[in-house]
Amino acid sequence: MPNMPAMPFATPLPDQPFPLILRDVACARGEARIFAGLDITVEAGGLWLVRGANGTGKTTLLRMLAGLLKPESGAVLWADGQAPRVAPERAVLIGHQDALKPALSVAENLSFWARFAGVTDNPWPSRSDPFGVWALADVPLRVLSAGQKRRVGLTRLAFSRAPLWLLDEPTTALDAAGQRTVWELIALHRRRGGAAVVTTHAKGTVDGAQELILGEER
Amino acid sequence: MSVFLAVLKRDLLLALRDGAGTWTVLGFFTIAVAVFPLGVGPEPEVLRRVAPGVLWAMALLSALLSLDTLFEADYRDGSLEALLAGQLVPELLVLAKACAHWIATGLPLTLAAPALGIFLHLPTEAMPVLFASLLLGTPVLSLLGAVGAALSLGARRATVLLAVMVLPLAVPVLVFGAGAVESAQTGLAVGPSLLILGGVALCALAVCPVAAAAALRQAVE
Repeated sequence: MPNMPAMPFATPLPDQPFPLILRDVACARGEARIFAGLDITVEAGGLWLVRGANGTGKTTLLRMLAGLLKPESGAVLWADGQAPRVAPERAVLIGHQDALKPALSVAENLSFWARFAGVTDNPWPSRSDPFGVWALADVPLRVLSAGQKRRVGLTRLAFSRAPLWLLDEPTTALDAAGQRTVWELIALHRRRGGAAVVTTHAKGTVDGAQELILGEER
Repeated sequence: MSVFLAVLKRDLLLALRDGAGTWTVLGFFTIAVAVFPLGVGPEPEVLRRVAPGVLWAMALLSALLSLDTLFEADYRDGSLEALLAGQLVPELLVLAKACAHWIATGLPLTLAAPALGIFLHLPTEAMPVLFASLLLGTPVLSLLGAVGAALSLGARRATVLLAVMVLPLAVPVLVFGAGAVESAQTGLAVGPSLLILGGVALCALAVCPVAAAAALRQAVE
């Protein structure tokens, strides 16, 4: 596991749109009310750890912040009054699925996401390799293990221009070193003015992190 | 623009890597057309009579064959969410994917059709018209198909559903496409049919990406 470069990000962040403010937000899936009365503010440099039992709406919350879902009631707004739905490029969501193509190699997969994020280096800038997957560049994705795929998927964070990272249990399937890298990368991202909302079942806390526990009576 | 091209290039690379897409479609088209002389008999008169309709209907079915995977793979591996959350507006995303689909299927079909026309005793003077009508018509099939594929995302038996939705919408393309070739055979003016086909293509270009993008947003919700 190589050491992480001091600045693993391929592109600087655009102007800061923070804070992202949620006021009295409720969300329903079909008929079922999942959560209600949610008030949080995501500041520049902030980190929210979202906890809660299965089915309490952690992923739903992330999808809402990514602009994929509309809140049932309440408001989710950036500082300039834009909703995530009209400015989806401000958030990058890395969910349980890695959004990678088994038929393509690691380099082809990552080069696509790099170009998609507006990075023009080809195949992809090797300095943006916090998870040490450069060594696997020519390997087809379908032969990688779950943990390796996860590493490749998370490498997308290094290209992203999005100031807000939405990570859905990012440490799943990763070994101890990989998990450390995730948290280090989040810390670096916060230091450059970004923010992250991370769902996790892991115990322990992170410097300056705020916690949101879903599924409890409020 | 470079983002648009990135999506287009990736989809073409995937089509090439899978190998299934283009070759399955061409194989189906060839075999389906080749079955007709066996069924209706070898009389050149009869074959020439049915040639435009058969070539066009089979091209339509072949194009449908590969449509179900247009968004399905991206939907299942989470790429679709990531693509929709990018800086590319969904309408252009649809257009990029429909373009890639056309280059991988519609264009090979168009190129192969004149050769298959020989099978059916299509007169040589009708060949350029067959080519032109398919060149105008197959992009419409890719665009309509994108709407169908987006609407049927996540549905069970999506392929059948897709065919049921897209085939009726493709009727004008079939009528004027086959009509143009028939006019060329009988010595009538082909201009009007081709112009209408071009008009349909422009309409589809304007409407389909918007409709498909709306359906995609709905699908990932």
